[in-house]
Amino acid sequence: MTTSLLRAFRSSGTPGFTLATLLIATIVVSPVVALAYIASEGSGDLWPQLTAYVLPSAVANTAWLLAGVGILTGVIGVGTAWLVATANFPGRRLFDWALLLPLAIPTYILAYAYLDLLHPLGPIQSALRGLLGMTDPRALHFPELRSMGGAIFLLGFVLYPYVYLAARASFLMQNATALEAARMLGAGRGEVFFRIALPLARPAIVIGVTLALLEALNDIGATEFLGIRTLTIAIYSTWLNRSSLPGAAQISLFMLALVILLFLLERWARKGQRFSAAGKRAQPPARIPLKGPTAIAAMLACALPLAIGFVTPFVYLADQAIRKAITGGISASLLRETGNTLLFASIATGVTLLAGIVVAYAIRSDRSGFANPASRIASIGYAIPGTVLAVGLLWPLASFDNAIDAAFRQWFGIHTGLLISGSGAALVLAYTIRFLAVSVNGIEAGYAKISPNVDHAARSLGESSFGALRKIHLPMLRPALGAAAILVFVDCMKELPATLMLRPFGVETLATHIYAEAVRGTYEDGAIAAILIVLAGLLPVILLARISRNAIATP
Amino acid sequence: MRRFVFSLAFAAAAAAGWMTPLPANAQGEVNVYTTREPKLIQPLFDLFTKETGIKVNSIFIEKGMAERVAAEGANSPADILMSVDIGNVLDSVARGVTQGVQSEALNAGVPAHLRDKDGHWFALSLRARLFYVSKDRVKDTALTYADLADPKWKGKVCIRSGQHPYNTALIAAYINHYGEEKAEAWLKGVKANLARRPAGGDREVARDILGGICDIGVGNSYYVGLMRGRQNEEQNKWGAAINVVLPTFPGGGTHVNISGASVAKNAPNKANAIKLLEFLVSPEAQAAYAKVNYEYPVRPGAQIDPIIAALGTLKTDEIDLRAIAKNRKLAAQLADKVGFDQ
Repeated sequence: MTTSLLRAFRSSGTPGFTLATLLIATIVVSPVVALAYIASEGSGDLWPQLTAYVLPSAVANTAWLLAGVGILTGVIGVGTAWLVATANFPGRRLFDWALLLPLAIPTYILAYAYLDLLHPLGPIQSALRGLLGMTDPRALHFPELRSMGGAIFLLGFVLYPYVYLAARASFLMQNATALEAARMLGAGRGEVFFRIALPLARPAIVIGVTLALLEALNDIGATEFLGIRTLTIAIYSTWLNRSSLPGAAQISLFMLALVILLFLLERWARKGQRFSAAGKRAQPPARIPLKGPTAIAAMLACALPLAIGFVTPFVYLADQAIRKAITGGISASLLRETGNTLLFASIATGVTLLAGIVVAYAIRSDRSGFANPASRIASIGYAIPGTVLAVGLLWPLASFDNAIDAAFRQWFGIHTGLLISGSGAALVLAYTIRFLAVSVNGIEAGYAKISPNVDHAARSLGESSFGALRKIHLPMLRPALGAAAILVFVDCMKELPATLMLRPFGVETLATHIYAEAVRGTYEDGAIAAILIVLAGLLPVILLARISRNAIATP
Repeated sequence: MRRFVFSLAFAAAAAAGWMTPLPANAQGEVNVYTTREPKLIQPLFDLFTKETGIKVNSIFIEKGMAERVAAEGANSPADILMSVDIGNVLDSVARGVTQGVQSEALNAGVPAHLRDKDGHWFALSLRARLFYVSKDRVKDTALTYADLADPKWKGKVCIRSGQHPYNTALIAAYINHYGEEKAEAWLKGVKANLARRPAGGDREVARDILGGICDIGVGNSYYVGLMRGRQNEEQNKWGAAINVVLPTFPGGGTHVNISGASVAKNAPNKANAIKLLEFLVSPEAQAAYAKVNYEYPVRPGAQIDPIIAALGTLKTDEIDLRAIAKNRKLAAQLADKVGFDQ
């Protein structure tokens, strides 16, 4: 057994990377194993109740939410990407990067802003009543935001950039020849889109929609404020109200199984289809100039998601923050928290990126058959809700720390304390596990554009696998790495539930600050921290837009 | 590229140095883990530090506090565990992360029914679960909890999630008084009366009453003080839009919950932890609790804030909190069974 394993490794192109990927997968899987262990303690008589009263509605709610968010992000993301990539209209260059801006807004902040803005006492309904000459707030019947429709609306408009980013890149890379050939054969613009461009872009779109859906699935901020009882919310109430961590762990594993099932289904549906970029640099199709009403329609189609997903909440927050800063000033602790947020997010981004490079390279060059399943396992962290991941991490980390402490005390008389779980390392690890999928996906997409012949050439010229990676791949992957880094960075900055549970004693971040203010009901005080998160996320997002455009423009 | 990798490694090393754990409990400092936002009681910690010179550090861990302390084990820096809701307090005890402490001052400051006989937990303050009603549209002032299911409130009731600990405890108390069947019927009735999805916090109830979404809702007593007593133009309006009713159970009592604290099992600094708890139930701190937080003090005879006193005389429901906590799971189950939050 051992020898055959060894042989398999040796025969793999890059045994070191395959081994490292296995190690990464082991680390990622450790919280899941801890959860399985907790779940195995048994939840007593809880499960029949859960299946009778909790899970059916939670699964149905989750399904509706995901279906709605999937469709909305798909339509907005693909639609705007298609316009920006293939047409020319006033404002196109602005929309090209601005459509990514909602990435900087955490869902919990968006939900807060809209609950306030759309309240009967808020500015929008008040203005409407003023226009209609109404005085009683009860006279106007406005759709209730605390509803499934409201949740889909908010999450759709803030998560669509994941799809936009992927779809735009894909449309820009599509070979003009295929599209023009179709057009010459008499296909209309719609037919070209639906029969050629869309199927070609499907893998990219699926990745984008998947990221958006997993964000929606794990969301605790927006859905909780809006009162949507998803599976994630059911996990929390089982744990905290029924005091059953095993029950909560069981639901988490159930949810994880559902996610994996969906992944497998999608891959099965794609089976047999092969997509690969042409060996030659594809010539992007010339943009079609739009005029008159079509141009205006295109502008509106791009302006709407931007206005709802970014401009409105941003202006609202800025207004609140400025008012607060004038009356109360900016506290010194906010600066420290901004520093903490940036520091944790940067370190986690670095680690996640390195791990992502290892995994993506192992997938590319491995022939032992280990790397691919291991890399899939390494990506499951994205499907675990933050708090659940944190609970799963607590035990392995603290046991490790306590074992080290005990050993050091016995042998050297040194007290090491909680090395990982008592320091920021726990947080960095949690972010890495949570967002590794984002980095692996991004780097894999970059690799897809590098022909395998490049690798063969490098290796046959005597480069080691590490040399090939360092000298050939990394420089070529730079745009993909940059894009992945920025997505991970922004995700880390926004992350709340795991941060709340794992941050070291005495350390606050902007996200935990906002949450604490929200809990106390002093929303206005949280506005400055909220605008700081958004501002800190803006620069990377704008950079991301540039990188992804340049990556496509220059071979 | 190499430079990039090197700078990354350097940054990681520098950060690792920065992130090494703080020496826990330097100079007898007391570390508080709390599920309740600690800034609310920061003024009390400051007062304690001023009097004793002992520094208090706190960390807000809303979910999973007991899990974290349990995992940290013998090396946990936690000295005191604080939480709100009797169920949460008892959960920490059941999780085995607390220790019993005996103290004359604590026993004198906290009535016997508001603390554990072995000293595993002590209530520090009380809050009543009340009705907020519209000043303009509701004339009733004597209401029972059962009245909330009266069909005359159809489409007029606002409440936060049925799975929030405050509501879970209220439903559990209802089960204690009326039995499971009637409690279920009551929940169904309340559910049928809802004006909107159960979500948000208690303050939103007052805000939605002002906004005309509902006429009556359920909220904790101290929020009334926070809305009316603090300087905040918007929330002052919410507080002014409502009348507050002290609803009753049979026997004439109003449902009350606690905020409480325990000494952590592996407290590195037990002596000072006990000192802090003793301070928190002292006449001075109890009066500050009422003033800063608008809560009811646990110490008999301590002053109540005038805004809260103006709500009426509180008669506490006579059913023991521990008995209520026993019905918590059943309460959560009933809320799910009637689809309260759907």
